[in-house]
Amino acid sequence: MALISCEDTAFAYDRGVVCQHLNFSVSEGDCLCILGENGAGKSTLVKGLLGLKAPCSGKITLGDGLRQNEIGYLPQQTAAQRDFPASVFEVALSGRLSQRGLRPFYSKEDKQITLRHLGQLGILPLKERCYRELSGGQQQRVLLARALCAAQKLLLLDEPASGLDPVAVRELYQLIASVHQEQGMGIIMVSHDVKSAVGLASHILHLGGQQLFFGPVEEYSNTPLGQRFLQ
Amino acid sequence: MQLILEMLSYPFLVRAAIVGLLVSLCAALLGVSLVLKRYAMIGDGLSHVGFGALAIAMALNAAPLAVAIPIVVLAAFFLLRISENSKIKGDAAIALISTSALAIGVIVISYTTGMNTDVYNYMFGSILAMSNGDVALSVVLSVIVLLLFFLFYHKIFALTFDETFAQATGAKTGLYKILIAFLTAITIVLGMRMIGTLLITSLIIFPTLTSMRVCKRFRSVVLCSSLLSVVCFLSGLIFSYLYATPTGASIVVANLLAFLLFSALGVLLGRRKT
Repeated sequence: MALISCEDTAFAYDRGVVCQHLNFSVSEGDCLCILGENGAGKSTLVKGLLGLKAPCSGKITLGDGLRQNEIGYLPQQTAAQRDFPASVFEVALSGRLSQRGLRPFYSKEDKQITLRHLGQLGILPLKERCYRELSGGQQQRVLLARALCAAQKLLLLDEPASGLDPVAVRELYQLIASVHQEQGMGIIMVSHDVKSAVGLASHILHLGGQQLFFGPVEEYSNTPLGQRFLQ
Repeated sequence: MQLILEMLSYPFLVRAAIVGLLVSLCAALLGVSLVLKRYAMIGDGLSHVGFGALAIAMALNAAPLAVAIPIVVLAAFFLLRISENSKIKGDAAIALISTSALAIGVIVISYTTGMNTDVYNYMFGSILAMSNGDVALSVVLSVIVLLLFFLFYHKIFALTFDETFAQATGAKTGLYKILIAFLTAITIVLGMRMIGTLLITSLIIFPTLTSMRVCKRFRSVVLCSSLLSVVCFLSGLIFSYLYATPTGASIVVANLLAFLLFSALGVLLGRRKT
């Protein structure tokens, strides 16, 4: 049973269909990389997978006991966040919110889980630091820690490497790889940085208004599409 | 000390102090979220709508709060909606609504009473405006604001920091936004008769901006803004009592001074670190 699967799914806005005929699935331990040019429908699909945008036809099914609010999401940063006064711990802890339901306060367990994830990503010493004073790479790690706090089985990363310098990008991908391998966490990743992403991925989904390719990475690099994109 | 006892011997001052303290506190708490989410101008738009509503209430000879609260609450929902998804972008939409409301208010006033002291008081605030009924209403509503803020503190943080993430992990963000808009509308209506419709926005934005100069954590920003708003309100009130200056304006100037002080402090602290 797959964690999440799409059957002939399509998404549309007022101006028309942006992305259609999507047929793919992600199982536990998979790492799916979503490729495509700007306007190919990547961000729309991400919203759809998160349950923030309903498909206009077809369906998205969650399986393996995965609940909608258990997908750990790493969004692209917004301008307002860059000068937000919050400590690293406060930001990461907010990932536990989905487990709270209606109870208003965090438990000791929530705090311990948060500390563990901060340690796992090597940012425990920054716990009391102010989020806006961190480097881009460190901020991204904090948001990854927050995503891990919310995730049980699946992480959804929306262009995790955008705006980072090459060293930070490499470190971030190493962290994502270790989360993937050590915890067997399923990962769906949207990326522009094709080479590093493909090094990590087990499957590729290539979009361009519709599904151009879905399958294992090895197969992708043998198709003409893949060869053109990977060069 | 003697000064404070002397001030407390005037019932109207006691009423003003109670309402003012509670309203400042609520405005500061809601302000943290509004300022950080770049919604600060909604407060300004709402206060102008409030002015229009008060003008209409005067023309109809109705109780001012009974007319103003529902109108401003409606305007708050509307402003939040259009600032999200609309062809007219947020800041322009707010300017559109606030100037229209002001214009309607002015026309209604010119047809009925003319520009008298009542109108002047609505624009710049009057310490004498508080009746016992207003005090009771303010206390009840402020307690509700404080309680909701306390209970939903973590959700408000998550929503303010990253709405998409909060939504993706299952928080009912639409609901909390409506809640914040509702509470803001009520706080503004309660505060604007004392501080003045043209000045009430400062209660929302100043404490947050001031504490952000120095504080680095969300919790400390919240605590610092609440404390600042109370201190600035009291110093403004005492100053206006001593030197017979307009109360609303004095409170705003007290906030401005605090802002300048904290800005300087922030620069000093920043320099020491580097």
